Amino acid sequence: MSAPEPSPGSNPEQEPGLDPGTAEELEQERARELGAPAGEEVQDTASRMARALQQTMTSSWTVAVGAVLLAVLAGSIMIAFTDEEVKAAAVYFFARPVDTFVAVGQAVGGAYAALFRGSVVNLQAPDFVTAIRPFTETLSYATPLIAAGLGVALAFRAGLFNIGGQGQMLVAAAAAGWVGFGVSGVPFPLHLLLALVAGIAAGAVWAGIAGLLKARTGAHEVIVTIMLNYVAYYLISYFLATPGLLQAPGSSNPKTPPTAESAQLPNLLGARFNLTWGFVLAVLAVVGVWWLLNRSSTGFAFRAVGENPRAARVAGIDTGRATINSMLVAGGLVGLAGASQVLGAVTTGFSSDIDAGIGFDAITVALLGGSNPWGVLAAGILFGAFKAGGTTMQAAEGVPSDIVLVVQSLIVLFIAAPPLVRAIFRLPDPNRRRTPKKAKAARNRKEAAA
Amino acid sequence: MSADHKTTQLDAPLSETTRTVTVVSWKTAGVLLTVTVLYALLLLAVPHSGDTRFLLSQRGDFFQIPVIVVPATVFAWGCGAVMLAVTAVAFALTARGRRTSLWLVVLYSLAGLLGFLAWAGAGSPRDLSIVGLLGGAVLWSVPFVYGALGGVIGERAGVVNIAIEAQLLGAAFTAAIVSSITNSAVAGLVAALFAGALVALVLGVFAITYHVNQVIVGVVLNVLVVGLTSFLYSQVLVPSAETLNSTTRFQSIPIPVLSDIPVIGPVLFDQPLLIYLMFIAVPTVWYTLNRTRWGLRLRSVGEHPKAADTVGIDVVRTRYNAVLVAGAVAGLGGAFYTTVQLSQFGENMTGGAGYIALAAVIFGKWDPVRAAFAGLLFGFASNLQNVLSVVGSPVPSQFMLMIPYIVTLLAVAGLVGRSRPPAASGEPYVKG
Repeated sequence: MSAPEPSPGSNPEQEPGLDPGTAEELEQERARELGAPAGEEVQDTASRMARALQQTMTSSWTVAVGAVLLAVLAGSIMIAFTDEEVKAAAVYFFARPVDTFVAVGQAVGGAYAALFRGSVVNLQAPDFVTAIRPFTETLSYATPLIAAGLGVALAFRAGLFNIGGQGQMLVAAAAAGWVGFGVSGVPFPLHLLLALVAGIAAGAVWAGIAGLLKARTGAHEVIVTIMLNYVAYYLISYFLATPGLLQAPGSSNPKTPPTAESAQLPNLLGARFNLTWGFVLAVLAVVGVWWLLNRSSTGFAFRAVGENPRAARVAGIDTGRATINSMLVAGGLVGLAGASQVLGAVTTGFSSDIDAGIGFDAITVALLGGSNPWGVLAAGILFGAFKAGGTTMQAAEGVPSDIVLVVQSLIVLFIAAPPLVRAIFRLPDPNRRRTPKKAKAARNRKEAAA
Repeated sequence: MSADHKTTQLDAPLSETTRTVTVVSWKTAGVLLTVTVLYALLLLAVPHSGDTRFLLSQRGDFFQIPVIVVPATVFAWGCGAVMLAVTAVAFALTARGRRTSLWLVVLYSLAGLLGFLAWAGAGSPRDLSIVGLLGGAVLWSVPFVYGALGGVIGERAGVVNIAIEAQLLGAAFTAAIVSSITNSAVAGLVAALFAGALVALVLGVFAITYHVNQVIVGVVLNVLVVGLTSFLYSQVLVPSAETLNSTTRFQSIPIPVLSDIPVIGPVLFDQPLLIYLMFIAVPTVWYTLNRTRWGLRLRSVGEHPKAADTVGIDVVRTRYNAVLVAGAVAGLGGAFYTTVQLSQFGENMTGGAGYIALAAVIFGKWDPVRAAFAGLLFGFASNLQNVLSVVGSPVPSQFMLMIPYIVTLLAVAGLVGRSRPPAASGEPYVKG
């Protein structure tokens, strides 16, 4: 009992066929049910330590760390196998194997060092401001990811798969951009507010179409949102190519004029950093979505419909209304992402690639964040760090930033499969203890012993 | 269908009136009316005079059909009249509680399409090639159709296959390398099969063995394969493009006699091998799913895995088999990009085709034949721009490009309606 893994056979009562882990759980179960009898105090301390150790080993954080390690390892292998110097050294591997390992170390170490330098802190920087600049870049990249991720996550909670982030971002960017440069004579905070509201409303309307069609006709939201992506793309392309709509005057390029000064999101940390108040808005959106989902009756209706639409209907929830409302809110959040792009990140005029794939990245962010607002915040910052660092890595080390996609997706994949990560690192399984069958077996054993 | 039937039976004892209640909705008629009105508005808003030249045969064809010249405005309004008539019939049928038959909808669509083409090509000195329009549609639909077939097989076994995009892209990448090294398009095709199955295997391991949410695995696999192929493309394929990224493509094989049939011949029977395989694959998948023991087991596992398990069907094994086959079929679609369309691989060259295939699966209500037709529709949509850009269209090209997707939206909302996926689709099966 004191050892984390007692050898089979140490317990005379053990059922044949039970593996050591189960035997240990039975022991613990019994210990908990009987209470610690006098005279076993020494052993109890040890078991408490063992249990503490086991809790650490089985916590989701351990799995997360394991997942990151595995993904980074896979990335390292890819970098090592495609690096020129490693290839050169591998030619004479059997003569001087050390050269190969040194080259691998340099290639992989250099790439990850650049990733860190570009996303967290630049230790080579001459002054403090330059040193912490990378982290503010990370937050800048994270801003639209968080907002759009929230939109996808909220739809997930309401049982809807919002693949239409691209289209919602595009119409939101177009609306916010149009207010941003088309309207003049409005003073600063008001102009910005108008542009933001326009963007959020446009995103909400675009997603609302999908919600409306789903609720009224039963059209599957996956098809509708995909189709709306294309419609939005071509619509924006048309606007961008038409003078008087979105195209910059006197230009033949499909690009808008720059956003007016009075509609831009101000910098959060002064002119030396790109980080804008958009990040604060994204964090506020996180709090808002948390409140909506967990503290409001509207959010309760969303979740109820998402969990079980029939039960929700029986309970008196208007499922159609919940579907439409959830898509409206989701679209508004994605719209915030689109507006923050136009009013914060790209203020010099934009073209039809303003969504920058964020609509699809948002799905991964929502999944990694477990469709929970705070999880989305963390996942958005992590992915923002990868985006910021990937750019530095490509520039400094010549490693294509696509590797970031691989590492990102592997992290999500491994985190989603804790048993796999546990199997690879030989971590104990926390869920087995809660299996009712085993608890019952333990109780039976106790009764037999009494 | 069967669900409706069951409800009626259950309700019948409760009250006699339910027996006469009909479930025909006004949606179809409503959509037809909406489209007709939009069509008329388009003709009124952008009047377009002149003649349209429909070209039905190509130079060198066995049968030469003279170019059909129609006065565009009259023809377009004539088609509009047909559409209006069908709409009226649909309303009349619905009022009597009968369903609008599929043939009426097909007739309506055909009239609308011809009228639209006549209007779009009016006054253009160039010929509007019907063969080019349809042949290109068949060609462009290849990844959608194979992808949709893969999606249908997976979902009927209860595994949502959002990774179609990943399977297409991975297969295109592998086919490019293998076909370049071996100088054989067939070898590339075989490699694509295995690449698609490999992606499917990863999907299976996570979704079936580790019970991970299938939507998560699918979406993440799509990102993973984009990253992986783009990385390898710039690190491996670009430096040695000559040896690794210049593929041998499939050439068109005209089938004797059949390819001489006017219009249909060049459209269907003068195509590369991959397209003929597609003609075989669609009925084969349908037959396998609906008429064989393997298909019955596959569907039972997708509808009610517990019941299937109870009668001795190995749920996990059946699902793995289905997912692997689905991946291989989708892989064939991926081969299209590098062994038919282009002779080299490009970063993210599938560009979301897998998501369109997914839409085709749902549009086709999880039925292989319907899904294939939905894929064909999307192929037609992709090709429409090519043909119209040759003719020179009167409205901005962006709106032309948008129309197919809007039509799909209306069709999904009005004609398809509530679609029912296989009952256990997306549910991991935990024994016990």
